[in-house]
This record gives sequence, structure tokens and C-alpha cells, in this order.
Amino acid sequence: MSKDNSILEELTSKEYEHGWSVNYEADEAPIGLNEGIIRWISAKKEEPEWLLEWRLKAFRTWLTMKEPEWANVHYPKIDLQALRYYSAPKQVKKTKNLDEVDPELIAIYERLGISLNEQKRLQGIAVDAVLDSVSVATTFRDTLGKLGIVFCSFSEAVKEHPDLIKKYLGSVVPMTDNYYAALNSAVFSDGSFCYIPKGVRCPMELSTYFRINAANTGQFERTLIVADDESYVSYLEGCTAPQRDENQLHAAVVEIYAGAHAEVKYSTVQNWFPGDKEGKGGIFNFVTKRGICAGDHSKISWTQVETGSAVTWKYPSCILKGDYSIGEFYSVAVTNNYQQADTGTKMIHIGKNTKSRIVSKGISAGKSQNSYRGQVQVMKRADNARNFSQCDSLLMGDRCGAHTFPYIDINNSSAKVEHEATTSKIGEDQIFYCNQRGIATEDAVALIVNGYAKEVLNQLPMEFAVEAQKLLALTLEGSVG
Amino acid sequence: MSTLTKQDTFSSLFTAAPKNFESVRKLAEESFLAQDIPAPKAEEYKFTNIGKKLEQSIVNYSAALPIEVTIDQVKSALFEGFEGNVLVFSNGKFLPELSSSIESVEISLISAKPELALGTIAKPGKDAFTALNQATFEDGIFISVPKKTQIEKPILLLSFNQANQGQVIQPRVWIEAGDFSEVTFLDQSISLGESSYFLNKVVEVKGGINTQIRYYRLQNEGKNVIEVSNFETDIQQDARFTSVNISLSGDLVRNNLTLNLLGSNSEGNMYGIYLLNGKTHVDNHTNVDHTIPHAESNELYKGILADQSRGVFNGKIFVRQDAQKTNAFQQNNNILLSEEAIVNTKPQLEIWADDVKCSHGCTVGQLDEEALFYLQARGIDKVQAKGLLLYAFAGEVLEKIEEESFHNYCVSLIQERLGSKF
Repeated sequence: MSKDNSILEELTSKEYEHGWSVNYEADEAPIGLNEGIIRWISAKKEEPEWLLEWRLKAFRTWLTMKEPEWANVHYPKIDLQALRYYSAPKQVKKTKNLDEVDPELIAIYERLGISLNEQKRLQGIAVDAVLDSVSVATTFRDTLGKLGIVFCSFSEAVKEHPDLIKKYLGSVVPMTDNYYAALNSAVFSDGSFCYIPKGVRCPMELSTYFRINAANTGQFERTLIVADDESYVSYLEGCTAPQRDENQLHAAVVEIYAGAHAEVKYSTVQNWFPGDKEGKGGIFNFVTKRGICAGDHSKISWTQVETGSAVTWKYPSCILKGDYSIGEFYSVAVTNNYQQADTGTKMIHIGKNTKSRIVSKGISAGKSQNSYRGQVQVMKRADNARNFSQCDSLLMGDRCGAHTFPYIDINNSSAKVEHEATTSKIGEDQIFYCNQRGIATEDAVALIVNGYAKEVLNQLPMEFAVEAQKLLALTLEGSVG
Repeated sequence: MSTLTKQDTFSSLFTAAPKNFESVRKLAEESFLAQDIPAPKAEEYKFTNIGKKLEQSIVNYSAALPIEVTIDQVKSALFEGFEGNVLVFSNGKFLPELSSSIESVEISLISAKPELALGTIAKPGKDAFTALNQATFEDGIFISVPKKTQIEKPILLLSFNQANQGQVIQPRVWIEAGDFSEVTFLDQSISLGESSYFLNKVVEVKGGINTQIRYYRLQNEGKNVIEVSNFETDIQQDARFTSVNISLSGDLVRNNLTLNLLGSNSEGNMYGIYLLNGKTHVDNHTNVDHTIPHAESNELYKGILADQSRGVFNGKIFVRQDAQKTNAFQQNNNILLSEEAIVNTKPQLEIWADDVKCSHGCTVGQLDEEALFYLQARGIDKVQAKGLLLYAFAGEVLEKIEEESFHNYCVSLIQERLGSKF
């Protein structure tokens, strides 16, 4: 036991790798939240009138809404009036030419291991880099442009492709969907927009990298992905934040639209600052992600590796509206120290012959709480719907918790739905088996955890899979159950 | 919408409540007023809008008075081959003159036991209807099995219920089983008439160490009955408790079944079938609370849903931080036979200890077409083949009933419902 403790201590004393921050001159909104601030943000971003109206409408609805309390997480109430809703590096003047981007900002991303220099990068990924409230650079725009693919920051999209934004914004996650989605709709600052035209297969991975730098600032970004009929895109999202003592709020909205025969693959490696080992600080990650398989034979696949954030509240969902559409959700959620995660998915079967698959692997260590909350809903007309869900939990340490809240609501008799879940710790016999073959306990745990999460990690694009595996090893190294 | 508050629905019950158990009733009343009738969408009653059902046409509920029950009625209600003791109730009131006296078992009215710690097992704070019952129940039955006693023959709690719309029947049962005792209870109620009364039942079972208690219940009330039942038991060291609940009828039925595993090496088993047709809505909420290490729980609920029926299942396994070496298994399977039947299931795990083996599974599906074809290819007609497969599906739960005559009776009822005898 004492050995376990020392290993655990070693683990918990591990610092958050991306905990640094940079001082730059920032253009900030005054602290607080009211209609004035929303007008201020909208004016700052030179937005058209209709978008301002849209924001204000969302804000007015938000005022009537209550903060949700049903999630299995506990955190001090957030004073939304004490936050800053807009913070942008002053030097940012969005240019099409990457050479003109402030080298200081590029350096921030270099330090995170994200090169914004197209030549130096692997040719595989186009990146939209979002720092606090604004997008600072988007790479490979020209290459993508030749195929008709639009990949840019949300603000640019509002100016350059207002019709698309008008058509799809809020079509999957209505502004009044929930408390944090409404808040996001009112104050969102930037994000990524991507449009894949009909019949185009996006030749590279598209990616957004979110970084919170400023203190006392909430990050509210909005991502909108539209895949027209018969197109394909794979999208990656990464995020980090500096180590600060106070909690910071991140309330994003991601909307995905998939037309007939289109396929969208959305992968996230979430590594926000999780708070220190005393549970102080960390990001509150309250995110609404939803995709709609609007056309027949379309497919949306969510893959997430959740290792960061003090509190996570996130349910990437699929609305399976088109006949024969497919929704997938693969998740590994790791919590350590005082982290709390309440995450899962919703699969809403509306079309006929729709299929969904849920694989969720939770790992809790330290004093953390890890909950899976999912819903599989088969509507009356969704004939021959098929779902398979598996949610497993692995416990390390006797002070952590693993919880499962699966809701299964079936309104059609032709549905076939299966759900299974297990909770256990790493078997002593498994470790013994490894020991016997000369593998040290620590390596054995890593091996077992990796094997446990393999089914999900396999779904990640190659570049991400490497990062995710490293992250997993880092988060759990040495925590022998 | 009426301007009356929800609590007014039951206000005359409170005024008419007996004056005994004053402090117990008072606490319960406060608890009821604090909780109120579950609001629509309240998490625990998410799919069972009982408030709406209760308030649909009734402004003010009153207690149903006992009706007359004859010895012939009792005799004809006993199922074939039954050999045991019968305790007869009329609208919740115990009728000693029609009941057997059971050797070495103490039976009395709850009102004759003023020291009884009512509500210490089924706590009124957990459910508004437990609180309502505790605050306003007329009387109930106290059954005590002394320690080191084995009651070989089962004890049948046979209730005859007849009431009108707007009337409440509130049975209250307190069972004590001393250390090292063993006893089997059968619970059946018979609705006389078709009217829509409200049955609000609370059963508390206090078991000693190393007890073996079995409680088999058949719910086959009239098709318009609204029923809520709260059943809670404490299971001590080395003890085993088994519950089998078979729901066949009713308008809206809600069962809250809670097992508290309080001693090591204890075992709690919960089995159930809901075989529903018409517009019947049955909601089974089960809760196993593992508070100590080295305990085991097993749960298997199966549902067959036809017509516009709705089955709700919520199974919660709660493993506390100290409850290491827990084994907990839970399974819920459903077969939908009609387009309009609905299933809402939520097998829930809340685990705070690490050295545990817990699993749950749940399925919703149809009869296996291939199995059906296999039987038809062998000359069994489709209706019979269906019945055979459904019976096999339910059989896994039925075989948990160790009391033969009751088992056979349940089997015959289920076979009859499934439309084929074999």
C-alpha cells in the first residue's frame, strides 16, 4: 500500500505541462455581462445587424433560463458578471498571409507544439488557431480554397459567407437549447467555420487549436461544420490553458450538419488545465456539441479523449434524421485528483434503419468523479433502429467514483438496443500475469489501460492518437490500483 | 388548471388521520408537504406522471372504508395446491377472523404496537408517497418471526380491495424476522370491481442476522387502479433477501423497491416480470445500497410489452466508499410486441469504491425471427411458437419463485396471457 501511495503522490505532483501564460497587450471588453457588452462585442467584430439581433434574442432568452443542476458534478457557483467576455491580442490584424501574423503569437503556438508555418508542418493538417476570443491564423486556406472548401474563422465567415452562416447557425443547436448554449449564442467571440461542398473529399485533416491565455476570461467559441451531400471531412480539436488559481469558464458550441451520403469525423483531445492536486483552479468545461445526420446515408462520428478540465459537462450528440444514417461516439474520459466529469452522448433515432454505436471508457483515479450519462432515444417512426452501447469504468484508488446514467427510451417495437456496462479495478491477476513475464507493475498498468482504451484510441487520426496515448500515460503513470 | 395546490388533493386524509403515532405522523406530514406530489419531469418520476394521473378528475381524496369479505371469497381466491397460512385484508384493514393463526409468529395490528419505530426503514423523506402513507394510514399489520425459527409454510398476505374513484387504500405492513429465522411471504391483492382507486402501500421489513426472507408479490389489480408501493428492507450480516415481483395489470403502477445491505456477507436479490397490455403503465424503481464490504446483489427484471403499454425500469446500484469487494449485477431485458408500446429504461450505477465487480446490461428488442421460424418449421403454429418463446423469456425470472403452488399459479396466469397453453 505504501508503495502505491508513493507512486500516487508522484503522479499527483506532476505539473500540468501547458500551464504557462504569456503577457501580451490585449484588447478587452469591460468585465460584466449585459446587452451593452453584447453590442460591444458585435460592433468590435463588425457584425451585420441580423447577427446582433440573433445574439440579443439569445441573451434575452438566457436571462429567463436557470443554470442546470442535474449533472453529477459539484462546483462553486460561477459569477457570470465577474467575467470578461472578450479578450483578444491587440496585434491581431487578420491577414491572409501567414508571414504577417505577429511572431509573438506564432511563438505561443510553437511552444504548444502547433506549428503555424505551412512549410514546416506535416502536409496533413490545416489549423485554425484560436487564442482567447479570436482566431489568430488559419493555415492552408488557399490549398483548400481550390477545392471549394471554406475553412476560416467564424468572424471571417460571417463577412465572407453570410448566406451559409445564416442558413446553418443555430440549426442544430438552437440558441435556446440550454443555459450554456444560450449564453454562448449571446456572447460567442470566434471559432471555426468549415464548409465542404458537394462531392468533395477533404484531402487533409482540419483542425482548431483553442488556447485560453488571459485571466478572468471566459472562452465562448462556436464551431460550425457543414458537410454538403457526398462529402467527407475529418476534424480535430485541441485545447489547453494556463495554470491559474481561479476557475475559468469555457462554454463552447459545436454544430455539425451532414447532408446525404456525407461523413463527418470529429475528434477532440481535451486537455484544459485540470486544477492542481488540491483541486484549486482549473477550467469549467460546459460544452454543447451536436451533429445532425440530415441526409440519408450520412454519418457523424465523435471521438473524444477527455483528460483535462476541473469540471466537464459535455454530451456530443447525434440526431439521426436521415434514413440509414449512422451515429458513433467513442470516448475515453480520464479523471484524476479532484476532477469531475459528467460526459456521454445522446443518440436520437428519427429516420428509418438508423444505427448508432457508443463506446465509452471511463478511468477514474485520485479523488475524482467520473460519470457517463447517455441517452438512446428511438422515435416512433424510426423503424429498425439499432444501437449498441458499451460503457466501462476503471477505478484506481479507493477515493474515486464511477457512475453510469444510461437512459434508454424506446418508442418503436422494431428497435434493437443493447447496453452493457462494467465497473472494476485493474485485476490483480492481470498485473500478476504481466509481472510473471517480467513486466514491471507500472508498465503493466500502462499496458492494461492502453489496451482498455484501445478501441477508442484506434478511432483517432494518427497524429492525434500519438498525442492521446502520451497524454493518457502522463495522466495515469504510476497510479497502480 | 385548478387553483388548488397539489397538497389539497390529499388534505382531507390528513384531517381524518388517526391520532396515534403522533410524532411519527407529524414528521411524515412535514416531509410530505416539503416534497409534494412529484412534479412532471421530476427525475425520480420522469416517465411516470403520477401527479397528473391523481389529479385528473379528483379534487379531494378520502380514505376507503373496509368492505365485507366472506370466507368463500377467501377460499376461492386461494390458488391450487396452496398449503400455508393466510392473512386476509379488506381495503388494507386486517381481518383476524378470516386469517389463520400461525404457530410461533406474532401477529397484531400496528395500532397495538405504539412503540414501533415506523418509518425507520422506509424513510418518509425518500418518497412523498411513503410520507403520505405514514402520515395518514388507518392501521396496518405487524408480523414478527422470533429468532431461530423456521416457518416452513408460506404466509400469504391476501388483500381484497374495492373502492371508488377518489378513494385511497393505504396498507401498511411491518415485518420483523429475528436472527437465524427463515420465512416466505406471498403477497396478492384482488380488486373487486373496476373502478379507479388509489392504492398507496408501504412495506417495511426488518431482518436480523443470518435470516432468509423471501417476498413474492403478484400485482394483478383491476385495470383502472393507480398504485404506488414502497418496499424497503434492511439486510444484516449473513442474511439473504429475495424479492420477486410480477406485474400483470393496473392503470399506473409504481414500485419502489429498496434493499439496504448493512452487514457483510449479505445478499440481496431482486427479480421481476412486467407483462403488460392495454394502456397499463408499470414503473419499477429499484435501489440497492451497498454500505459494507463483501456483499452481493443480483437483479433481473424482464418486460414484455404489448398494445399501448409502457414499461419503465430504473435500477440503481449504489456502492459506498467502504463497500469494497462488492459484487453487484443487474440486468433488464425487454421485448416489445407492438408499435405503440414504450420502454424507458435506466440501469444506473453509482460507485464510490474501487475494488468492486459491478455490471449491468439492458436490452430492448423483439422476438428472434429465426427462433420463431425454427419452431414453425417443426409444425408449431405461430401463435403457439410466440407464446413458447415469450414464456421461455419470462421463465428465467419465474424459476426464482421457490414456492411451488405460487410458482404454478403465476405460470398459469402468464401462460394464459401469452395466449397458449402448453
